[in-house]
Amino acid sequence: MAEMMKGNEAIAEAAVRAGARFYAGYPITPSSEIMEYLSWRMAEVGGSFVQAESELAGINMVIGASACGVRALTASSGPGISLKQEGISTLCDEGLPAVVITQVRYGNGLGTLFTAQCDYNRETRGGGQGDYRCIVLCPSSVQEFVDLMLPAYELSEKYRIVVVMMGEGTLGQMMEPVTLPDFVETKRTPWALTGKYDYKKIGIFERDSRKEAVELREKYAAIKENEQRWFDEGVEDADYVFVAYGVPGRATLGAIRELRAEGEKVGLIRPITAWPFPEKAFAKINPACKGVITVEENATGQLVDDAALYIKKTHKDRNIPAYALTYVYNTPPIRSIKADYHRIKNGEVKEVY
Amino acid sequence: MKVEINRARCKECGLCIHNCPKKCISKSTELNDAGYYPVQIDDEACIGCGICYTVCPDGVFHVLG
Amino acid sequence: MAATRERKVPALVDKPMDFCPGCGHGIVSRLIMEALEELDQLDNIIFPIGVGCSSNLGAGLECDRLHCCHGRAGAVATGMKRVSPDTLVVSYQGDGDAYNIGIAETFNAAYRNENITVIVINNTNFGMTGGQMSLTTMEGQKTSTSIYGRDCSVTGYPIRFPEIVAREFPGAAYAARGTVTNPANINKLKGYIKNALQAQLNHEGYSIVEVLSPCPINWGLTPVKAMERIEKELIPYYPIGEFKKRGEEQK
Repeated sequence: MAEMMKGNEAIAEAAVRAGARFYAGYPITPSSEIMEYLSWRMAEVGGSFVQAESELAGINMVIGASACGVRALTASSGPGISLKQEGISTLCDEGLPAVVITQVRYGNGLGTLFTAQCDYNRETRGGGQGDYRCIVLCPSSVQEFVDLMLPAYELSEKYRIVVVMMGEGTLGQMMEPVTLPDFVETKRTPWALTGKYDYKKIGIFERDSRKEAVELREKYAAIKENEQRWFDEGVEDADYVFVAYGVPGRATLGAIRELRAEGEKVGLIRPITAWPFPEKAFAKINPACKGVITVEENATGQLVDDAALYIKKTHKDRNIPAYALTYVYNTPPIRSIKADYHRIKNGEVKEVY
Repeated sequence: MKVEINRARCKECGLCIHNCPKKCISKSTELNDAGYYPVQIDDEACIGCGICYTVCPDGVFHVLG
Repeated sequence: MAATRERKVPALVDKPMDFCPGCGHGIVSRLIMEALEELDQLDNIIFPIGVGCSSNLGAGLECDRLHCCHGRAGAVATGMKRVSPDTLVVSYQGDGDAYNIGIAETFNAAYRNENITVIVINNTNFGMTGGQMSLTTMEGQKTSTSIYGRDCSVTGYPIRFPEIVAREFPGAAYAARGTVTNPANINKLKGYIKNALQAQLNHEGYSIVEVLSPCPINWGLTPVKAMERIEKELIPYYPIGEFKKRGEEQK
């Protein structure tokens, strides 16, 4: 039965039920309730919780726990996730699984506390030093967030990769009806360090980056082929296809349904994986489509780059324009999306690509 | 022989020579693969005390006991 | 001297390592393994390893180990120990790693009284990168970033971290400083390391052993002269001994 829960608390409980038994992190709005909840909850289920001295220490504690084969979690936002990049890059380099939650808030530098999608580029392009990607899941409701926690751990262990749960401030702070999943059985990963050296990990000086590069390319190709997730509606006959994820994706779904009812041929692709980007959804788009339109909570347009790239890839013979509706921060209302759609249709908005 | 020497490991640092109470360790005249002149022990003078083992940073010595 | 006893490098560390001739790292890593062997813990040990010359240990060890980001071993060790409380977790770091870039993680692991053992090889400089000044560089010591000698009026004074642990962290189990300058000191140091490991095995809390260790190449001294420098210049400032012992109340 669904009960009303605050996003961050439901997410934290879902992580526990998905087998997370270690949390380390540092408080930051709008993700702090996740660690507040786990500060007492981990002890109840026999897990460990550390309030780290910094974001850096937090992610490095996650490295330690993950290296020992335990499902580990950290959560943060904007500048906190920037500080964690060193550790995220290291996790990916060592092939250590972990789930990192970011409840995105708006702004550069210290930023603001407004809900936003300004960190799309950072999360989908790796974010730290080196040549790696994280799987990026971007739920649009508290329920979807909760339902993705177990797949997040399963993906991170299947591919030995970091999974970033790219939420938004809103998803952490709002209350919604939630049905919580069952508990999974916890067990350590087969490559865990046990102190017995039964997993023969090689030293950094014995590694062969060229050999690893081949494996990395194969791994990422497999992820791209097998793990794209999205929701779509009305794309096969659409004149215009909206692309929006997260809470703006929900608002956009409302907008396209109203526009459809008003006779407009519009559709929606809502990525659930921001990386791998749902290319397969783009292949379904009407060949005669007149444009793709991203709806984004940022200032400069980030998702539009991927939308333009993939519409070019799937509709090679045509030059379909890509537009960006950038609402800076806060979830755009349906009426704004609809009004801006009409401006695009009337030629009042210049395409980005 | 009281102490076995792994010639390949020796880096010619000289700490064993300096610390040997019987002054029975010296450099040999043949290079090892790493390009050092590894130490050698005068078995007659050696008492097998193990001080060379204790001070060696590179695991050159095996005191047979 | 009567019958001799066999002494052999423990198999876990019995590999050629890339340390410079006369470097103290090789001695300390062997002592750790001997201590583990004597405590019967060779199959119950994880090393989070720092960045710098300490990284060479990653290639030389045949046991569970993880290279940490520069300075973060204290945090990585925390994560390991929290989920594996019955496995020995020993971080192996240099002074630059533990005290410069890693001071937050080192300090806070001690502050929380994590049940880990921290081994810090203090050679008064950043050895791996060419001998730059570190927090432990002696006043007046010339390094590649203090070419006229360290001026403590602008850089601060050399840090004595084990003393801080012993003085300021009531819960900490063990804090000591040893050195590798001669057979007597090496044997003493092994005792300190063993005490620190035993404290962790007893779940007594945080233990740290700092080791004054020579860096002949960056100091511009022969291995023997480097050992003499430690005895003449370093020990008067960095006393060796146990500052806090297992099971003792705070002094």
